[in-house]
Amino acid sequence: MKRSWRLLLSMLAAFALVAAACGGGSDDVSTDTTEAAADGEGEAMEDEAMTDEEMAAMEDEAMDDEAMDDEEMAAMEDEAMDDEAMATGDFNVGLTFDVGGRGDQSFNDSAAAGIDLAESQIGISSSEAEPNADGSNRAELLQLQADNSPLVIAVGFLFENDVKTVAGDNPDTNFAVIDSPMLDFDNGATPFADNIAGLTFAEHEGSFLVGAAAALKSETGKIGFIGGVSGFGLIEKFEAGYIAGAKAVNPDIEITSSYITEFPDFDGFFAPDRANEIASAMYEGGADIIYHAAGGSGGGLFEAAKSVSEASGSKVWAIGVDSDQYNTADDEVKEYILTSMLKRVDVAVFQIIHAQAAGEFAAGNTVYDLSVDGVGYSTTGGFVDDIVDQLEDFKAQIIAGDIVVPTEP
Amino acid sequence: MNTSWTRRLVLALAAPVSAFVFAFLLSSIVLILSSYNPIAAYSEMINNAVKLESIIDMLNEATPLYISGVAAAIGFRMNLFNIGVEGQYQLAAFAAAVIGAKVVLPNGLHMLFVMGVAMIVGGLYSGLAGLLKVTRGVNEVISTIMLNSVATLGIIAGLFPRFLEEKADGAVGLGTTPLAETAWIPNLNGVVQIFTRDIVKGRKLTGILVVAIVVGILYHLFINRSRLGFDVRATGMNPLAAKVGGVPSKKMILLAMGLSGVVAGLVGLPDLLSKSHSYDQGFTKLRGFAGIAVALLGRNHPGGMVGAALLFAFLNTSSGVLQISKTASSEIVTIMQGIILLAAVVAYQMVAQVRQREEIKAASEATGANA
Repeated sequence: MKRSWRLLLSMLAAFALVAAACGGGSDDVSTDTTEAAADGEGEAMEDEAMTDEEMAAMEDEAMDDEAMDDEEMAAMEDEAMDDEAMATGDFNVGLTFDVGGRGDQSFNDSAAAGIDLAESQIGISSSEAEPNADGSNRAELLQLQADNSPLVIAVGFLFENDVKTVAGDNPDTNFAVIDSPMLDFDNGATPFADNIAGLTFAEHEGSFLVGAAAALKSETGKIGFIGGVSGFGLIEKFEAGYIAGAKAVNPDIEITSSYITEFPDFDGFFAPDRANEIASAMYEGGADIIYHAAGGSGGGLFEAAKSVSEASGSKVWAIGVDSDQYNTADDEVKEYILTSMLKRVDVAVFQIIHAQAAGEFAAGNTVYDLSVDGVGYSTTGGFVDDIVDQLEDFKAQIIAGDIVVPTEP
Repeated sequence: MNTSWTRRLVLALAAPVSAFVFAFLLSSIVLILSSYNPIAAYSEMINNAVKLESIIDMLNEATPLYISGVAAAIGFRMNLFNIGVEGQYQLAAFAAAVIGAKVVLPNGLHMLFVMGVAMIVGGLYSGLAGLLKVTRGVNEVISTIMLNSVATLGIIAGLFPRFLEEKADGAVGLGTTPLAETAWIPNLNGVVQIFTRDIVKGRKLTGILVVAIVVGILYHLFINRSRLGFDVRATGMNPLAAKVGGVPSKKMILLAMGLSGVVAGLVGLPDLLSKSHSYDQGFTKLRGFAGIAVALLGRNHPGGMVGAALLFAFLNTSSGVLQISKTASSEIVTIMQGIILLAAVVAYQMVAQVRQREEIKAASEATGANA
């Protein structure tokens, strides 16, 4: 009897561990949560906890996005000087998320918004999939998608290697990877294959504009930056642009930068508590505006902005990232979000589908920069209305090439 | 005579069958509650599972799950709960990837070298938990859980950045330098295709399947046919009796933990030898915990765990097609696995109680008749 009791107990312990590993969102569980959290499981938890207001806010945002996209599409068509109507197609698009999937109020949701728009405007159908929690079946998912879809979009650079393999086995299917150039740098930076495209973003250019906004709005002359994960090159682009933008406005401005974790530990994107601590320390050190490029950790920054503002009586600001976080954050922290650096994954997704429909899929890297509104800043909340002219001026100078934004701090 | 034989058969089948029926019903309820059609979902799963390519996927998935199950079972058989397979196999794979990429060896030998490194590292790391138990009396459940964190958050997280692949443009890759082709294990597509049509769509049956089969046979021979295996089982069933009977318990603990870790070291090999050929960001995690589930469901039995690993692999590979066909969400698969495991444990416990009652009854009748 004792033996079976121990067996049962150990099973429960094992189960608790697996459950904890799958949870990832709460921070007091066993340390074994980390691996799963690094794979993005935390997002799923946030999704479950979403309130009705947040849902409503998300719907609002989706509607805003569609409105903006309509304008952008119109602008695109004008630029193309093509008289033909928007391409249509009734093919299926396989959108493949990384672990976490829809509902992260950020990156993945932005990709999903692009698909939704393409469904209504181009007429495509779509199938979505995300890997198992252990991340074991990325390649199998891409393959399943390729069985039904002439275009497969993989959200996130972790798909790099699997896309290379699966694309080789499916020469008639086109593949696009978001956040990876998908170029063979060992071979003169050429595309890996004719059916592989990489969609990347000029995050440094968008960050330049919010950096300029921070410097224009700062009263203390001190601002901060919180990066999620250092050491793999991506988040440093945000920091470099932010610093350059701030210095372009005020060469003497004081900028404190801090990263939550170091590559390959991806926890920094899912650690709002640690972002909160860092932000509180920065605000107490005199910074009055902090920009984050830390994914799901950003919520901690917003909380810190609220509590510091309420405690000290003078308002401090936060700057959001990826999507318009004024629309996605909790209601009570909204008023502290000055602006957000927009990374228009939805635009990239929509455009690659449009290219596919028009028969113009091009292999290789497409960079979504300021000139195509692939990155930008948000004005929701109206906090930056007074400086929009200056920001637009910077934007024009970057597009014209008069300002070259560095990609390394 | 005949009735007692059928009775035993019914009792043996009662647990798995009732667990399956219960899990099937409960999963259907969950599916209906999440507004999915269970019949559509199940038929989608089965339609997918009978395709040759899906069978390859399933076998590829079942292979490391089975090895992980055996690793956990070796400990379980001796009442040692090695919860640390997770950390052991990740550390073993990381070390094998780093060391394996630094050596130049002929074809085949290189592959065996990588396997050897993985087994040694896995064995030493779990042996550490065994050592702590025999020298300091540290409970292996606690130490292996902690050693999981030490391996993944400490050692691997600390060393990984130093061993990233350096690319031609000076950038670093997402993982360690890939192993040379001399270390890759040949795939088994050629063998399968003798019996079937050609395997298409890029599926490659991992050669590690052979390793898993060998591990299963060796596990069976060790536990059921060897002197040491008998000692292991004896210690597991009654440590005191075994000790009195002359089984050196400390040695047995070290041995069981060490062997468990040696087998655990093999769990990460499909990624290393036949998939990405490096330890990278996409390295498959959580297989150590899945192995505990396989061992529990398969009752630590070499054959039973084959069924358990295949069942879990079937569910895992169904996740993609369920999502793409929009018949269920991916979470349903995780829920089903949990339900099946829970149902199996409860069912076995209930059958064991029925059996015990029958035995007591039979014994009292026998003694009563004699008296």
